[in-house]
Amino acid sequence: MNPFENEYKHGFVTTIEEDAAPKGLNEEIIRFISAKKNEPEWLLDYRLSAFAQWKKMKEPDWAGLKYPPIDYQAIRYYAAPKSVSEKKKSLDELDPELLKTFERLGIPLQEQKRISGVAVDAVFDSVSLGTTHKETLAKAGVIFCSISEAVQEHPELVRKYLGSVVPVADNYFAALNAAVFTDGSFCYVPKGVKCPLDLSTYFRINAQESGQFERTLLVADAGSFVNYLEGCTAPQRDENQLHAAVVELIAMDDAEINYSTVQNWYAGDRQGLGGIYNFVTKRGKALGKNARITWTQVEAGSAITWKYPSCILQGDNSSGAFYSVALTHDKMQADTGTKMIHVGKNTKSTIISKGISTGESVNAYRGQVKIMPRAEGARNYSQCDSMLVGARCAANTFPVIEVQNDSSTVEHEASTSRISEEQLFYLKSRGLDQEETISMLVNGFCKDVFKQLPLEFSVEAVKLIEMKLENSVG
Amino acid sequence: MLSIENLKAKVNDKEVLKGIDLKIKAGEVHAIMGPNGSGKSSLSKVLAGHPAYEVESGDVKFDVNFEMKSILDWEPEERAREGIFLAFQYPIEVPGVSNITFLRLAFNAICRHQGASEMNEEEFRKFVAKKSEIVKLNPDFLDRAVNEGFSGGEKKRNEILQMAVLNPRLAVLDETDSGLDIDSLRIVAEGVNRLRNKNNAIVLITHYQRLLDYIVPDFVHVLAGGKIVKSGDKTLAHKLEKEGYDWLLQ
Repeated sequence: MNPFENEYKHGFVTTIEEDAAPKGLNEEIIRFISAKKNEPEWLLDYRLSAFAQWKKMKEPDWAGLKYPPIDYQAIRYYAAPKSVSEKKKSLDELDPELLKTFERLGIPLQEQKRISGVAVDAVFDSVSLGTTHKETLAKAGVIFCSISEAVQEHPELVRKYLGSVVPVADNYFAALNAAVFTDGSFCYVPKGVKCPLDLSTYFRINAQESGQFERTLLVADAGSFVNYLEGCTAPQRDENQLHAAVVELIAMDDAEINYSTVQNWYAGDRQGLGGIYNFVTKRGKALGKNARITWTQVEAGSAITWKYPSCILQGDNSSGAFYSVALTHDKMQADTGTKMIHVGKNTKSTIISKGISTGESVNAYRGQVKIMPRAEGARNYSQCDSMLVGARCAANTFPVIEVQNDSSTVEHEASTSRISEEQLFYLKSRGLDQEETISMLVNGFCKDVFKQLPLEFSVEAVKLIEMKLENSVG
Repeated sequence: MLSIENLKAKVNDKEVLKGIDLKIKAGEVHAIMGPNGSGKSSLSKVLAGHPAYEVESGDVKFDVNFEMKSILDWEPEERAREGIFLAFQYPIEVPGVSNITFLRLAFNAICRHQGASEMNEEEFRKFVAKKSEIVKLNPDFLDRAVNEGFSGGEKKRNEILQMAVLNPRLAVLDETDSGLDIDSLRIVAEGVNRLRNKNNAIVLITHYQRLLDYIVPDFVHVLAGGKIVKSGDKTLAHKLEKEGYDWLLQ
């Protein structure tokens, strides 16, 4: 076996009986999903209208990503462990195979083993298995549950905010998600509450030939604060699997949301066989005055990443930030970046993007900073750095800046550097081994992003990037 | 301390060292001179373990705990940890990594290997601040990225600072004098002289006699066509300065 493939330690499959929809996409499947989740009429209508619009849309090709056409009829749009699909259970009563799976992924779900300080929503294929630390959160008035549960328990909140940031027909993949989304997390932090725990969702794809269409909705009411973390892995398979998620964040007056992702979907093998196609729409609306939204992402997996976590800075004095490290190796393709739309006065945005390309991979930053006429005194600072390892990879930067008033300031800096054999030799000749050398270079290059992550997450992210780089440089 | 025996090496399929013999003892300073392309820099790279150079035959032995051991199979970092240091002719820029971080990680890696105690950030900063006086580098340098935006002279001084911090037993200085103005040359040379002691050995690779006015060698060797064609004491350097290399190459 290729030693590199062994390194994807999340590539195992859980053997479990799954309850799955037949392959294909049509109204019947959508009704099937909606019925499985016992959804109200309005949500079914929402899905069907999204589906009708999706059928009229065209898959975007402006990112120039190369992949064979996706056969949307060859995908299963619903797959769930039978034991969960039939009857909802508490986390402690879950099928031991599922508990074992999450334990192996480093996310123990049972009461006594749970990670303290972080509440977890564990999503396995199309369903949430449940969320931890519910009681602590409930005491603070924080709602944190799967979106399916929120539809049942808090329909008024879901109905009010679902699609309010990413409209149904926003883009091809968002429309597809609106039609067939299965699970994801929902969070509501009430006025003035500082969420007592960090919240997190762990997404796991397991079933074969299935796609994962998660939907996450976070609402931070006035003066509230929440840290949210997201992790993703999938088994190692020769076929490609589609992951098309939508995440919507809403921050009211003086609210703050920090959303961090460590994405490590299976990236395919060294020849580019298999891997996840990751087409994701993430957007936050800083709706109120002084609202703050920060996206931090470490994108280290997926055969294809198409993802632009963005901010609409609507409230006056609101601010948005995007901190990103994207690592591509072998034949991976990543097209990622952000949009910062300045609507309110004195809005502020910061973009720090670090792309590391190795092997024959292609890594692009694509960003847009748009300052609307009313956004007087708006400020943006963007910094996009690329690091190339070896001679066969590529890094591209596509920044678009559009300023519609003259009281705003926009700064953009970009750089490209290369880790060369000479650099490695120089550092080693001072006594540092390969591992220490790579670690030092990566930490140096990415430190502005890593320091944004919560400590534990940051340690994991650094290890992940170092491991992937060592394999591709060594 | 170092014994080079009939060393032959090639790079990119071109033979660059064609049988070098050289013995160096602790406390000695050896100058290696020679025309362009004679193999001077290649020798330094082979000693430090550059991956592009392939040793075809011969051996390089280094004294490790009173035993001469072949170092040819060692990785560059293993050689560094045993006390071999190469001051680069063209020091490499390392964006994003501060000098102080780099130096401390390297210093601690070597300490770990040698069983010495490591230093924390605070201790190390004090330690390095003192060392920087040797090459008259402003302490601001410590927080700048390694060699990034440094002038030629600053880069060379930084190499000598690294030597001062890492305290090698064998230091190979590859054209440390090239590209230096007279003031920088003096600072670098004085720095090297201060680091010279009876326990370490220094190899100076240079084109010019000038450096040897400041750092007086015990031995001078002339390298030409990948071989040492002449060895002598410091007077050989003066002769070369006057007469050039031609008389040796015939």
